[in-house]
Amino acid sequence: MPKMPLSGKTLVELVDAGIKHEDRWLVRGVSFTVDQGEIVTLIGPNGSGKSTTAKIALGVLKPSEGSVNSRENLVVSYVPQKIAIDWTLPLRVEHFMRLTNNISDDALHAALVATGVEHLRKQDMRVLSGGEFQRVLIARAIARKPDLIVLDEPVQGVDFTGETQLYELIGKLRDDLGCGIILISHDLHVVMAATDKVLCLNGHVCCSGSPKLVVETDEYKSLFGHHLAPGLALYEHQHDHTHHDDGSLSTDA
Amino acid sequence: MLDDFFIRALLAGLGVAAVAGPLGCFVIWRRLSYFGDTLSHAALLGVGLSFLFELNVTLSVFAVSALLSMLLIYLKGRTSLPSDALLGLLAHSVLAIGLVVLGFMTWIRIDLLSLLFGDILAVSRFDVLLVWVGGAIVMGGLIAIWKPLFADTVNSDLAMAEGKRPQIARIQFTLLLALVISISIKLVGVLLITGMLLLPAATARNLAFGPVQMAILSIFIGVAAVVGGLFSSLALNTPSGPSIITAALALFVLSLLPLRHVRRYLQDFLSK
Repeated sequence: MPKMPLSGKTLVELVDAGIKHEDRWLVRGVSFTVDQGEIVTLIGPNGSGKSTTAKIALGVLKPSEGSVNSRENLVVSYVPQKIAIDWTLPLRVEHFMRLTNNISDDALHAALVATGVEHLRKQDMRVLSGGEFQRVLIARAIARKPDLIVLDEPVQGVDFTGETQLYELIGKLRDDLGCGIILISHDLHVVMAATDKVLCLNGHVCCSGSPKLVVETDEYKSLFGHHLAPGLALYEHQHDHTHHDDGSLSTDA
Repeated sequence: MLDDFFIRALLAGLGVAAVAGPLGCFVIWRRLSYFGDTLSHAALLGVGLSFLFELNVTLSVFAVSALLSMLLIYLKGRTSLPSDALLGLLAHSVLAIGLVVLGFMTWIRIDLLSLLFGDILAVSRFDVLLVWVGGAIVMGGLIAIWKPLFADTVNSDLAMAEGKRPQIARIQFTLLLALVISISIKLVGVLLITGMLLLPAATARNLAFGPVQMAILSIFIGVAAVVGGLFSSLALNTPSGPSIITAALALFVLSLLPLRHVRRYLQDFLSK
């Protein structure tokens, strides 16, 4: 497939991308773009291909069909879902922060302060708690001053207040760095406020659009259960539209 | 006065120790000790072929180890055998083939023991030169690929996502490993090379607080093992290769003792 040059603000673009592993499609037919200053959230149940989709966008996995284009010289930061540091590897937070590039002491300090873990700078990575580890991962991603950040379940193991703080921080990053963000989450309600675009995955793109639209679709409700949609009141919820029988939107409210 | 042969042995030993330690750190971190073992078993075949085709031993050993490492990388993706079984299978096959090849050449008498366990006291000036040139290449190469290789060791996806091209670094690393094995064979022999890679690095792990620190410490520990091993083999009239490895083991055991003060002192010293 010929590579099309990306338009001005677009950082990365997936066109009908799919990954096949041993005769099984992990995801298929995924298309979306991430623009500068845009937060795109991928949601979906376990095994729905969220991480796989993120890895296609990152260039870690080559799509078996379709294509992925990214802007030239794009600086990417990745916060993977899980990193296990082996005992044989003595690694302090400050070493880990400089894993893929040399960052100045000031930038290192500022990033650790932003995620609230500056006091752990000299600690060995293996003694960090789950939540502390996540904060260090995010700090490292920030310190690279990226154009695009991919966060795979970034708040796992973080307590509830910390979770809100970190999502606020992620929203702020978008504003301060002007970077694009791909966020993987299984809990749309908490991330809603900051998200511009939601892709609901289940081996394929079930539904996509603004978060408000997505929670109202039948596909979303059947995946996540009806009870999740109203009532949690973490987001503004008004019925400003109705559905036709086929699930499409009726705008004559 | 020390004899010439002893000076040469020391020089060769120090050259090997300077690179075996840092490379050994990666062998430990990446869990490649079986891989190193397999490559060093192939060295015997390299020696056999060098006699057969009248090639330089170091060069021939390097070629065979490098080829085998590429074969291993190729096979790993194409077989359902678990990788330890694959490595064990290849290690002993190449060892056996190496012995068969040597057995065929009835016209030369080969001291098998020196091949298996090293004969450092017999190194020539040219051997010393080879060790130092090879060692310099390994050291330079390792410094050049340190960043991508280390990022890949911590998390492969992350290294790839952030543009470190770890696949290339991985191949370069196995070539460096083959090179270290080819320059160490005279020192400690086919069967003990992995010990030279692993022991100083494992000892350094018990004392270090960071990856670079661990690599640098492993050099000093390797040097101490070579010096200690060679002098004790001279004094006690024991075989030199095994003496070096035994000295390295002694240092490892020492590093396990609860020496908090030594560790703190080392820490202060290293952070300067």
